[in-house]
Amino acid sequence: MDITFSSDDLKFRDEVRLFFANAAPEASQQLINNPGTYKQGVIQWQKKLFAQGWVAPFWPREHGGAGWSATQSYIYECERVIAQAPDVVPFGLKMVGPVIYTYGNSEQKARFLPGILNGSDWWCQGYSEPGAGSDLAALKTRADRDGDDYVVNGSKIWTTYAQYADWIFCLVRTDNSGKPQQGITFLLIDMKTPGITVSPIPSINGVDSLNEVHFENVRVPRSNRIGEEGQGWTYAKSLLAHERTAIARVADSKSRLDRLRKFASCELQGGRPMIQDEEFRARFTTIEAELMALEYMELRVLAAMASNRSPGAESSLLKIRGTEIQQALHELTIELAGLYGCMIADNDTSSADIGHSFGDQARKDFMYGRAATIFGGSNEIQKNIIAKRVLGL
Amino acid sequence: MNFSLTEEQQILQDSAARLVGQSYPFERRQRDVSSATGFDPELWKQFADMGWLAIPFREENGGFGGEATELMLLMEEMGKGLVAVPYLATVLLFGKLVEAGTEGPLRDDLLTRLIAGQLQGSVAYMERQARYTLNDTCTRASQTPTGFRLSGEKTMAFNGPAADKLIVSARTEGGQQDEWGISLFLVDATAPGLELTSYRLMDGQRAAKVLLNDVQVKSGQLVGQENKGAALLQGVINNALPGLCAEALGLMTHLTNTTIEYTKVRKQFAVPISSFQALQHRMVDMFTACEETRSLVYRSVCSADKPDSQEHLRNLHALKVITGRRGKRVGNDAIQLHGGMGITDELDVGHYVKHLMVLNSLFGDADYHQQQLATLSLSV
Repeated sequence: MDITFSSDDLKFRDEVRLFFANAAPEASQQLINNPGTYKQGVIQWQKKLFAQGWVAPFWPREHGGAGWSATQSYIYECERVIAQAPDVVPFGLKMVGPVIYTYGNSEQKARFLPGILNGSDWWCQGYSEPGAGSDLAALKTRADRDGDDYVVNGSKIWTTYAQYADWIFCLVRTDNSGKPQQGITFLLIDMKTPGITVSPIPSINGVDSLNEVHFENVRVPRSNRIGEEGQGWTYAKSLLAHERTAIARVADSKSRLDRLRKFASCELQGGRPMIQDEEFRARFTTIEAELMALEYMELRVLAAMASNRSPGAESSLLKIRGTEIQQALHELTIELAGLYGCMIADNDTSSADIGHSFGDQARKDFMYGRAATIFGGSNEIQKNIIAKRVLGL
Repeated sequence: MNFSLTEEQQILQDSAARLVGQSYPFERRQRDVSSATGFDPELWKQFADMGWLAIPFREENGGFGGEATELMLLMEEMGKGLVAVPYLATVLLFGKLVEAGTEGPLRDDLLTRLIAGQLQGSVAYMERQARYTLNDTCTRASQTPTGFRLSGEKTMAFNGPAADKLIVSARTEGGQQDEWGISLFLVDATAPGLELTSYRLMDGQRAAKVLLNDVQVKSGQLVGQENKGAALLQGVINNALPGLCAEALGLMTHLTNTTIEYTKVRKQFAVPISSFQALQHRMVDMFTACEETRSLVYRSVCSADKPDSQEHLRNLHALKVITGRRGKRVGNDAIQLHGGMGITDELDVGHYVKHLMVLNSLFGDADYHQQQLATLSLSV
């Protein structure tokens, strides 16, 4: 048992460092930080990764992946944090991509995978519904067969960045007769199809990323169905495990911890930097220790995935601890900013004009970060999964 | 020992609850906070008509002579209804400083107008580098033949944009961290050299950054004694803390109740989610948090007649510690148990949580007060 890097690993690390040094990630990150240029920044960065062949390192090589080992993925993420480079948006690359190359037919692979990789297609996820959140299998959006098409009616909710999306992958109901998990079908739907409307849901952080997507007699060709009719639940379940692994966001939390350390060295109280404050030190190092545990928990799951085992119920553990740690970081950051964490920056007044540069961002991160323990299957549901499937309760 | 209310106190509580419950729907609140001042002047007038602006002032100053209990009752109801008015800034901080630190016709004039709802005030004490320490003051007040000249920057003056007059803290003597040497000055919002930048806080209320570029004040504009402003300000803040935490308690109570109601109607897996034991326990914890906070609000109200005693100061620190920690817990759980709905701007839950966060960071957060408590309880 060891994670000593081989000489090949070290060579790989140098290669990654060189890439980040030349790729100007900070320029893309700046665009991403501003809601007006968010999409542009994401795509700009994705195209650079694509050109390098690193946009989907975890995909199998034959579908455009890099075929990295777990160690290489780990090295990449570590270097990404140091370079403060953006992560990719997960909907295409981490969510629907793996479903398409695993369960799609060759025509679907040829049609959809290139656009996912090169960033020309933006995807969003159509799972949750107003009446189907934690109880996802209760979904009601209907797809009725009509000739070579399905006709889709219903609503999806909490659809992140649907306003930018070219495509949506949906779970729809094609059969009501059996158990709720049966009769669910996995459809890929072009967002330009007549009958689709997107309405934004203003959220508590003041940034519009969430939407409700309505379908009224939306015609979807049968060729956009993944796999068998009625088998969508099985396909989605394998995908959810990937999603949960992705939302642990270990690297992102490491980078936040670094930034927090820097903020705390500048933030004063009574003339003393907060990094010397006992209470702050205790809270900071508690999170640090928990994050060190999470990092190895993730490595263990990655290693299991690398030996071709799908992440199992253990991915629920990553989701729970990962999101709890994210929230603890958000909380400590906004509390470090003191009352300046309560201000709203606008066109006339920036955070730095009033108090400290990080106050406004800390507030946005904190507020939106409350969603992390809710989406991707709430943490309560993850605990149910572990209780049932891991502990056999 | 008696925790029950007098008949008059009961009437005050009922009338406050009526205003909040019947004529202040959430939609009205949202409209109010989106205005330029962050509140509705009509509602402020209603507060004046009800006599609520007079509550904390002495009878000889035209006040109601109310004690901490009356303030607690009013502010808890304000919390329950998320009422957006500058009560803390104008009445509890500005007004109480005027009452304690000025005299004669000046005091009479200011308090009369304030109690009638015709004067808005703001206290500008907070500085960029100070975090929660009051004493850390760089703004200078230099002597002139007729008074003082003020120069410096104050970052977050609550209700600053609506204020007719401000009370500003500045250093007349001493080093940056010294308690001694801070003086308070009454300044007109239109005084030459005073520059206000208005901005919004997360709970919708307005604050201002205040720049003082050689603002001239006469010696008669001194509030309290020269060099002793920090102690005066700290006393006024301490006086406001039970009310502030009572408001936080009102917010927590609403969040708890609304979460319980939501889980009874939200169905998943064909049953109300309130039937899940894991969620029931969370709501029991929320309820317990409210009861703990209420107990400490009462405790500090009971010792408020001995404002300078160690006992009262310990009560206040404990109150801020528990209100801060339990408030955070209740806010987070209220959002979590509302699921995706808790993240929306449309639901009132997020707005209650944001106001709670502002209150809990005001005058020091839980960590800050825990250290203050340790200084009192664990001195070696």
